[in-house]
Amino acid sequence: MPQAITDKDGVKRYLITLNVNGDAKTVLVKGNAILTNVLRDELDLTGTKKGCELGDCGSCTILLDGKPVDSCLMLAVEADGREITTIEGVAANGRLDAIQESMINHAAVQCGYCTPGMVLSAKALLTRNPHPTEPEVREAIAGNLCRCTGYVHIVEAVLAASQGRTAPADH
Amino acid sequence: MSDNHKVIGRSVPRIDGPEKVTGAAKYTGDLKFPNMLYGKILTSPHAHARIISIDTSEAEKLPGVKAVITHKDVPELKYGLSPARWDENIFCIDKVRFVGDKVAAVACVDEETCYRALKLIKVEYEVLPAVLDFRHAMDEGQPLVHEEYERNINTEIHQEFGDVDKALAEAHHVRTDVFVGQRTYQAPIEPHSAISMWEGEKLTIYSSTQSPHYFQYYIAREFGMPMGDVRIIKPYLGGGFGGKLEPTGLEFAGAVLAKRTGRPVRTFYDRAEMFAHNRGRHAQYMEITTGVDKDGKILAAKANFMMDGGAYTSLGIASAYYAGALLPMTYEFDNYQFDMFRVYTNLPACGAQRGHGAPQPKYAFESHLDNVAADLGIDPMDIRIRNARRPDTVTPNDFRVNSCMMRECLEQVREMSGWDEKKKNLPHGRGIGVATGSFVTGAGYPIYRTDLPHAAAFIKVHEDGTAATLYTGSVDIGQGSDTILCQMAAEAMGYRYEQMKIVAADTEITPLDFGAYASRQTYMSGAAVKQAGEEIKKQLLDMASTMLSLPADDLECEEGVIFSKSREGKSLTFEEVARKHFVLKGPLLGRGAYTPPKLGGSFKGAAVGTSPAYSFGAQVGEVSIDEETGEITVVGIWDVHDCGKVINPRLLHGQVHGALYMGMGESVWEEVLFDDKGRIRNAELANYRLLTAVDMPPIQSEVVNSYEPTGPWGVKEVGEGATNPTLGMFSNAIFDAMGVRVNSLPLTYEKVWRALKEKREKEETIAA
Ligand code: FES
Ligand code: FES
Repeated sequence: MPQAITDKDGVKRYLITLNVNGDAKTVLVKGNAILTNVLRDELDLTGTKKGCELGDCGSCTILLDGKPVDSCLMLAVEADGREITTIEGVAANGRLDAIQESMINHAAVQCGYCTPGMVLSAKALLTRNPHPTEPEVREAIAGNLCRCTGYVHIVEAVLAASQGRTAPADH
Repeated sequence: MSDNHKVIGRSVPRIDGPEKVTGAAKYTGDLKFPNMLYGKILTSPHAHARIISIDTSEAEKLPGVKAVITHKDVPELKYGLSPARWDENIFCIDKVRFVGDKVAAVACVDEETCYRALKLIKVEYEVLPAVLDFRHAMDEGQPLVHEEYERNINTEIHQEFGDVDKALAEAHHVRTDVFVGQRTYQAPIEPHSAISMWEGEKLTIYSSTQSPHYFQYYIAREFGMPMGDVRIIKPYLGGGFGGKLEPTGLEFAGAVLAKRTGRPVRTFYDRAEMFAHNRGRHAQYMEITTGVDKDGKILAAKANFMMDGGAYTSLGIASAYYAGALLPMTYEFDNYQFDMFRVYTNLPACGAQRGHGAPQPKYAFESHLDNVAADLGIDPMDIRIRNARRPDTVTPNDFRVNSCMMRECLEQVREMSGWDEKKKNLPHGRGIGVATGSFVTGAGYPIYRTDLPHAAAFIKVHEDGTAATLYTGSVDIGQGSDTILCQMAAEAMGYRYEQMKIVAADTEITPLDFGAYASRQTYMSGAAVKQAGEEIKKQLLDMASTMLSLPADDLECEEGVIFSKSREGKSLTFEEVARKHFVLKGPLLGRGAYTPPKLGGSFKGAAVGTSPAYSFGAQVGEVSIDEETGEITVVGIWDVHDCGKVINPRLLHGQVHGALYMGMGESVWEEVLFDDKGRIRNAELANYRLLTAVDMPPIQSEVVNSYEPTGPWGVKEVGEGATNPTLGMFSNAIFDAMGVRVNSLPLTYEKVWRALKEKREKEETIAA
């Protein structure tokens, strides 16, 4: 259990360290603080979105030790000491990841609200299964709801990225 | 109409793509301001109740609470979106009218304190009987949702064109069917959010809005302020689909809380509150009668509808008119009667959802038309081709149709889906259905009465010519208008898309535009942008003419190069000419504005449904049904759209996919459900049943090669049209597979299973 600090009103807070996108961030949080809110409000990582706060939409997807999870279903204290990748950590040194580039080129982004979660779910998939089939891609993003695209271009984009292409076939 | 376009017609990547894929794009709820407070609204737990008293004293004492407001603290003026029926108050005064109606609001130092403060507000209610079933809302003795609206009638429409009774009397075959639609919700993934702040007498609101202009107008009106003192800014927006078209309690209450506290206030809905605010698709009861000749040619149609408006009007008057106005679009007939009652109930208000008012009537009409075709033994595709609207025609309700390739859409989708083959060979349990749709390319008239242009734009070429910024009030809600309009600007200027910048949807900086609704941006905002771009080009060519000592009409500008049409080698770059212009004449600016021509007839309600151009489309879907369980598997969907010139093919097909996705959900899965107290039973995305990636079938989307003579470069609608055929298409595919017709939406597995069971029982009785 992380170190606890109690203020003069008797409210207990915990000193936790989140390893976010390669940086160790130490924050003081209440026991009931949701991980999404800590990332967004304390660390200004607002690329992690909130669409439902119930685990339904996947907008708040992050990678926790490499695995995609809905950060709205986690307490910040549970993530103490763990490795977190948010959407802000996907592009390295200003270079987009192949999935990101492919998403742009395939017009797989419309309003973009689901996009960070989609990118991270796809990233996790391609890391564990570099050459997925179409049903495997659909399965991997089934926890990420998109109201704009019917998933058509998103699935195309992820498949293309897995084949080392980032431009659509009709380009 | 030369097709030598350099920038339009290409699938350039979205201008906002990099920001969106990296998480850098800021949506309203991502913004923070120094000293910002959080605000929440207290809503009614009852569907219908008198407010006896409200006691806020305990809430005010809670540490961290900075303001608590009720109806006593806000203007009493009623607001709404449809000027003919402003019927909503910022906070309820005498009574609440649905579960979720606004009662009070708090501003606190953090979100957690807000929830605690809301719990401490004591409201005493006298619960009243509620109207929950819209079919009985007009009955004698029903409680009244609004005392001033007798029999709960919000809107009543009676229109007749031609002589319907005579045509029906003379028809070879007359048939009547009844269908019922369900209430659905737009469910954008981004929840509504607003941040309000004051500087002296000036109010600024960042909002997840589809129309900064309408927000500005209605908010200024509510607070009695000059419009110039209200600034509305739309940051990135996470989907609207009609649900973010009108100002909500978030903006009104937020503005008052910010004034009271002197601090910025962020107000927001969570997912359940979004469902409660609603403004989704009206449930409709639809009785349709048509008379046809022996070949299935439609001679007359009668539509007798009723719709559940919920507790307030929202944009519902327009929805009610749209339901009937767009029915005679895809098929030609002269005699048409439309009767409609939109009634109040003690449920959340309904409004404009993608396809506005039209998808459910289309479901009814397309299902009915297949029944007629079956009666006459005609192929469903043939009956549609036989009746398909032709270009340069006028509908019975006086809408002028210019370009129209309804017939070609049907023929192409027939081919592409393998219709004839499948019709012959599909086994029992497998079925194929077809339906058509049409939609406006922008509304012919604004929502409130004004003679202002519908869209305006200006373009500033930077002093060294290496970039140009488009300023537009248009609103990218995800559909991609920022990208499309930059392509159009670059094309008109003779510039490069890659050098375009855009500033959009900020009422203080960008010129007027009515926003994202009624599928209007590419056409209307595009017309203004094209004009602005051409003004730039003209000034550039004039300057180049002096620089090259050649007549301006011998010069052309394409992709950043100005050249002589007659003399090889005589050219200048856009940059050097633009720079010269700046040095000699000052800023290089282009301006444009668009006002639609006068449209429509003179009967009551003639304005709704008018548009300078209409899109058309046809869809085929194939389903497979498990007879044991009623489970429906969608095998494939084919869509062909007549949407005029295509500016960006990938973005265009993305619109079709999204519209189809919404229509598919509404066909079989989506429905907002209520308990017997008027509380929503499934105000969550999973239980509302948004479809996931594994639920989606292969979708093939194509266009016909069409050109709309009134549109910039020949463009017209795409964003909503593809929702219109989908519901009817599924109904027909299920009918084809099983020989049973489900007469209400959604066409759930259970309903299909029950219909099959009834059919079997009937067959057994006959056999016995
Ligand atoms: S916000 Fe976490 S799943 Fe929707
Ligand atoms: S792009 Fe809008 S929700 Fe997916």
